[in-house]
Amino acid sequence: MSNDYEGVKIGLEIHCQLTALNTKMFCNCSSDYRGNSPNTLLCTVCTGLPGSLPVLNKRALEAAIKIGLALNCKISSNSNFFRKNYFYPDSPKNYQITQYDKAGGIAIANNGHVETNLGGVRITRIQMEEDPGKLQYEGSITTSSNTLIDYNRAGISLVEIVTEPDIVSPKHAREFLNTIQSIVETIGECDSKLDGSMRADANVSISDGRRVEVKNITSFKEVERALNFEITRQKTIQAASKMETRHWDDVRRVTVTLRVKEGEEGYRYFPDPDLPPMVISDDYVDELRKSLPELPEMRLKRFTEEIKLSEEIARIIIRNKIVADYFEETLSYDFNPKLLSGWIATDIMGYLNRNNIEFADLPINAKTLAFLSKSVSDSKVNDSTAKAILLKSLSSGTDIEDLLKSELADSVSSDDLPDIIEKVISDNPKALEDAKNDPPAIHFLIGQVMKATKGRANHSQVKELIENKLK
Amino acid sequence: MSLLSSKFEEIKEKNKSINAYITFSDLLENNPDGKLSGKTIAIKDTISTAGLRTTCASKMLENYVPPFDAHVVSLVKKQGATILGKANCDEFAMGSSTEHSAFGATHNPHDHERVPGGSSGGSAAAVAGNLADIALGSDTGGSIRCPASFCGIVGLKPTYGLVSRYGLVAYGNSLEQIGPMAKNVYDCALLLECISDYDRRDATCVNGKNINYTESLNDDISGLKIAVPREFFGNGTDPEVEKSVKNTIDKLVSEGAIVEEINIESIKYSLAAYYIIAMSEASSNLARFDGLRYGLHSGKSKDWNELFSNNRKSGFGFEVKRRIMLGTFALSSGYFDEYYIKAQKVRSLITNDFKKIFSKFDAIIGPTMPTLPFKLGEKLTDPLSMYMSDVDTVSANLAGIPSISVPCGYSDKLPIGIQIMSSHFNEKTILNIGNKIEQIRGFDIE
Repeated sequence: MSNDYEGVKIGLEIHCQLTALNTKMFCNCSSDYRGNSPNTLLCTVCTGLPGSLPVLNKRALEAAIKIGLALNCKISSNSNFFRKNYFYPDSPKNYQITQYDKAGGIAIANNGHVETNLGGVRITRIQMEEDPGKLQYEGSITTSSNTLIDYNRAGISLVEIVTEPDIVSPKHAREFLNTIQSIVETIGECDSKLDGSMRADANVSISDGRRVEVKNITSFKEVERALNFEITRQKTIQAASKMETRHWDDVRRVTVTLRVKEGEEGYRYFPDPDLPPMVISDDYVDELRKSLPELPEMRLKRFTEEIKLSEEIARIIIRNKIVADYFEETLSYDFNPKLLSGWIATDIMGYLNRNNIEFADLPINAKTLAFLSKSVSDSKVNDSTAKAILLKSLSSGTDIEDLLKSELADSVSSDDLPDIIEKVISDNPKALEDAKNDPPAIHFLIGQVMKATKGRANHSQVKELIENKLK
Repeated sequence: MSLLSSKFEEIKEKNKSINAYITFSDLLENNPDGKLSGKTIAIKDTISTAGLRTTCASKMLENYVPPFDAHVVSLVKKQGATILGKANCDEFAMGSSTEHSAFGATHNPHDHERVPGGSSGGSAAAVAGNLADIALGSDTGGSIRCPASFCGIVGLKPTYGLVSRYGLVAYGNSLEQIGPMAKNVYDCALLLECISDYDRRDATCVNGKNINYTESLNDDISGLKIAVPREFFGNGTDPEVEKSVKNTIDKLVSEGAIVEEINIESIKYSLAAYYIIAMSEASSNLARFDGLRYGLHSGKSKDWNELFSNNRKSGFGFEVKRRIMLGTFALSSGYFDEYYIKAQKVRSLITNDFKKIFSKFDAIIGPTMPTLPFKLGEKLTDPLSMYMSDVDTVSANLAGIPSISVPCGYSDKLPIGIQIMSSHFNEKTILNIGNKIEQIRGFDIE
């Protein structure tokens, strides 16, 4: 498996819409475009009518700085906007207001890093930019005969997170994206559940090949699929022969040539004269830093240091804010972090992944899961029985409490146990003597009791009762 | 209103020989309680007017009717001016003669064989030819001052950031300002007073700078220190222009001004830097005119690339295409450092040189235009000589400082303008000196 990704280098450009903002990046139009009729949330500015001028939404700057801080970036004290010039019908001005890292351009945040279970990824920069409108195709891009344009999305605030080519496999890419998602969700600036609110473009190259850009990866589930396709495609043709931009067609599940990539010279970047350079004070940045909630990395630290989870398990949990919140909720009912984190990170998430179910759709609520763990803590059932109940509940949809009740009803009650133990001891008098001299020999007696109860007795309770007999 | 209506018919008749207007207003409105009540105004056709077509003198926008008023338009309406119509100009303000208009050239009211200057030539000709009391123009490299000089009226380019650009169709947006044009300094100051209002819709507009310019017009100018750069009297300056401007300067000395000749070395690079920056910005600003959402649509094409190309090919005039191509070239990788970046360095140099001068002087004075108004068609086939006529005006745009052109004399019947510049937001000083020139130059404008 690892050989398949030999020499693979992946860099990502992740576009996060700043969904918590009420208005667009440079005008007062509502940014709540989903579900609205096409071309209804428009004004002179976001349609680029002659004479209109952009004015920066301060909330966009605030959100970009917060994301920069959360990704361990250095926030620029001076930053500016550039124009990226290209003719394309989704852009009403035929240029995009964005940021740039050359020719005097300074992005809002630079030089960050993000840890994942599969290795760290350096963040090159975070830049603010406006979303273009949306081209709509009837069916697939390759089969549609018309292109329709909806400008409602034009001017929506985005941050683009650009990474170094540190990502080594499609799985690593997905892991990294999940981490980013968790961070922006924690900050509350991007609701990734909204359709198209997080999109990724990937730069893929293999050893000596030219860099190929894959655009239109609109869901993170598609990332692994698209990258796997592209890596296989490039390997098959030895090395990508040309530098190009390809489009991920998620209907046909292939990448198709969009255009042979223009070099950056094609974009004629230059500073946007309509937007004066921004000066960002240290005080302002500090204020925003203080306003940040507990970030996933801080949570990880708390999980590993204070409640002693292993880093691997802790990372799986913090990678998704919903999961981490769920885990903490279970702890509030039953403080059994080791057992609960294991169930969540391994059994529950394993089951959900295999069945392609989102964690948010997990039918077991935190209180119920804690109820199950409590029954283990209280020695009502043993670990393996509880785990079996959990898995059975997941697969059958049966309520955990019902499963537990019937299990307890089925099990030998603690009132009956002393008599059963008495009988086993009287049937095996020598074993009792052996156990007195050699403690591990107690397991023979426990085994006999479990056999007599057909495994329905609580193991630790049996052990405790026999130990009392040995005294 | 009937008096105005008959006057309006007269103006429409007169316009046939001058061609100062592209479009006349359908409805004449005025608010009787404003500072501009009773005054008629012509608005340059690069400035958006709600419900009144705004063509930028281009075939591209022949039928474009903006859904909104430029900030300055709302302001002059509020102050009671009656908008008569949209004034002719060079297409997208690109030119110095108002010959590059898809609606035909404007003629200089002083001599119909000659150009009115540009690009705000329609605005200047309207005022000079009594087709409007006052006018709004826009000045990217001299487009208010040049036609003011050629038509014998007053025109002022404000400090960058004093007047909102919201609604001005951009040509070179880091350079340009909307400004007042009038027969006399007082009306120019009054119009400036009305339009220099902070507007949060223009991020480059500066707050807290509106001043009552009319109140200080008659302040004493004795003791004011005035610099006269030798570079403004370089090769190509008409001796008649030089004589008239220098005479006027002598009169200012008699009024107590302290005049000193100086050198501003960096000025010799200003024209090249100006054209590179303006054309670079223009190449991007004009990209939006693709005919997809509004503007000229040339018919069915096989794809959007062809559609854009066809629309732009048939919508833009020759000079606009030339500037878009040159600007595109200047911004292209490999040439960007050599042209755009270098031009920005020159711009900083010039700005700093002006700052140094204004630490010692109150104003800089020289000619507005190096020549008298030239004949229609004379420079049309020689773009370089046309560009050269902006040699004395572009440095104020590069530095972002205010500059005014005031009539100071005539050669035969052709007007000559004197240019006065001052430091950022010091419009008061140039209006003050301009007002004094009006009093001492020895002639009146009818």
